[in-house]
Amino acid sequence: MRPLQLDDEEQALLRGDAGRAAQISAEIVVRMAKATGADRLIPIASAHIDGCLYHGPVSTDFARQLVDAGGAVRVPTTLNVGAIDMIHPELFRGSAEAAASSRELARLYAALGCRSTWTCAPYQLSDRPAFGEHIAWAESNAIVFANSVLGARTARYGDFIDIAAAIIGRVPYSGLHRDEDRLGQVLFRLDRISHRLADSDVLFATLGHIIGRHAEGQIPVVEGIDHASEDQLKALGAAAASSGSIGMFHVVGVTPEAETLPMAFGGRPPLRVIDVSREDLLAAAAELSPSVSEPIGAVSVGTPHFSLDEFRMLRTLIGGRALSPRIDFYVSTGRDVMHEIDEQGWLKELQNAGVQIVTDTCTYITPIIKYRTGVVMTNSAKWAWYAPSNTGLRPVFGSLRECVETAVNGELWRDESLWRDD
Amino acid sequence: MNHSGVTIEGETLIEGVASAAALVLAEPVSFWGGVDSATGEIIDGHHPQAGKSVAGRVLVMPSGRGSSSSSSVLAEAIRSGGAPAAILLGQNDPILVLGAVVAQQLYGTRMPVVLLDAAAYDACRNATRIEVDAESERATIRLS
Repeated sequence: MRPLQLDDEEQALLRGDAGRAAQISAEIVVRMAKATGADRLIPIASAHIDGCLYHGPVSTDFARQLVDAGGAVRVPTTLNVGAIDMIHPELFRGSAEAAASSRELARLYAALGCRSTWTCAPYQLSDRPAFGEHIAWAESNAIVFANSVLGARTARYGDFIDIAAAIIGRVPYSGLHRDEDRLGQVLFRLDRISHRLADSDVLFATLGHIIGRHAEGQIPVVEGIDHASEDQLKALGAAAASSGSIGMFHVVGVTPEAETLPMAFGGRPPLRVIDVSREDLLAAAAELSPSVSEPIGAVSVGTPHFSLDEFRMLRTLIGGRALSPRIDFYVSTGRDVMHEIDEQGWLKELQNAGVQIVTDTCTYITPIIKYRTGVVMTNSAKWAWYAPSNTGLRPVFGSLRECVETAVNGELWRDESLWRDD
Repeated sequence: MNHSGVTIEGETLIEGVASAAALVLAEPVSFWGGVDSATGEIIDGHHPQAGKSVAGRVLVMPSGRGSSSSSSVLAEAIRSGGAPAAILLGQNDPILVLGAVVAQQLYGTRMPVVLLDAAAYDACRNATRIEVDAESERATIRLS
């Protein structure tokens, strides 16, 4: 391993020639470069910031220090979700103090030059990264989507390094930025499953959950899926990044760096092969539904943020019916997508049916869902994984169709055909 | 097994010293969503050691896991007192390292992080008390 070499400009940043904020940022990036064995830094095209979610005084202390020291981002930079919905502030059920701190954090990141996108799905924005482009993205589902589906290159950045990289416009050349570190390592072979299951969001969430549980930090390759939409790949990646530290996956014949099995593995044999059966998927669905025997009080979808296509599907599934007043129905999405559905005339229609749109944040990280007797149904493995410890809410997992039918009927509805053979 | 007097070495990722009761995790935990930053309690219901506290312990864990927000949660735990006294890792985890770096930079509080090889990691599994001296590139760790 060669030691880290910095060019003249990078050394000047470290010396503080470009100001104290750039110096702090360079120190953080160099620290990461050394921790990850990088031999140099490389320029990035864009950044996505996760540090804008308030975790306590450390969040504002860190951002304020950069603002006070004159910090400004050098590359186009988007913001992940925060703790409050700034378009529908009345939805927030946390303390006034937490809301004020979140607003202060939003102000600080805006002052650093970040775009107020407030979405965990920056890949749904119009100017998303190109294939092969180096970027510094934080937020685990966005990272895995950028690498796997877009073929852009980002390591698993987190809070602090995200804004530091944006301020100096550079990241360590290590991990998923390098060709050899993007190759598949562990093969997940999906057994033959019914067409109905193969087309369902349930397959991708449960398969992702299993992959995260068993990948052990290795890059997973999936064989046995012929086609997948971006939303389905989003569900797979989000699930795998929640139950395991997955930064990238390949689906043979589907994702751009895995046209063939040998291409996915760079011509090497898999280190391990894991077969996934319908029974394994069913067991994962059951693991994500620990509270299945209790009545449903709410439905929450849109983790990660709902796309325009998912709203289209939701409208079709609701089919002009009204949702039961016994069940609250939440959809988390980005403000840009909300503006699009408003222009299409869908927003009013969905609201009239009883759908509550949540923007800028997500129901699994912040107190928005009203406490009602019962449990919360979701089609998101990520929501089911994190919501219990973050919010105390208990999950029941199902397909989007099951979520909608449950909300229309006012009680749990199961699509029995999902697990039947063709 | 009696570990009294066993001394192992590791690679210092974050400098510092600590001496405390050991908490050896059977599985990695994600600080974000998995650890309460104020109390140090493991709140991830999926974790086999849920309910135990990492606060003030020398935390031995195979790797980091899950969300990239863990840097903030670890830094906040260091600020508010819910953090471990030190973390010994079986695999390098830049997300945790970064949380410790920022806490040190903002508040001057040091929480050593040390990377262990497989043999050193195995030696820690049954330790009840661990002393960490990570003042130089090679850390010295005494197990008892």
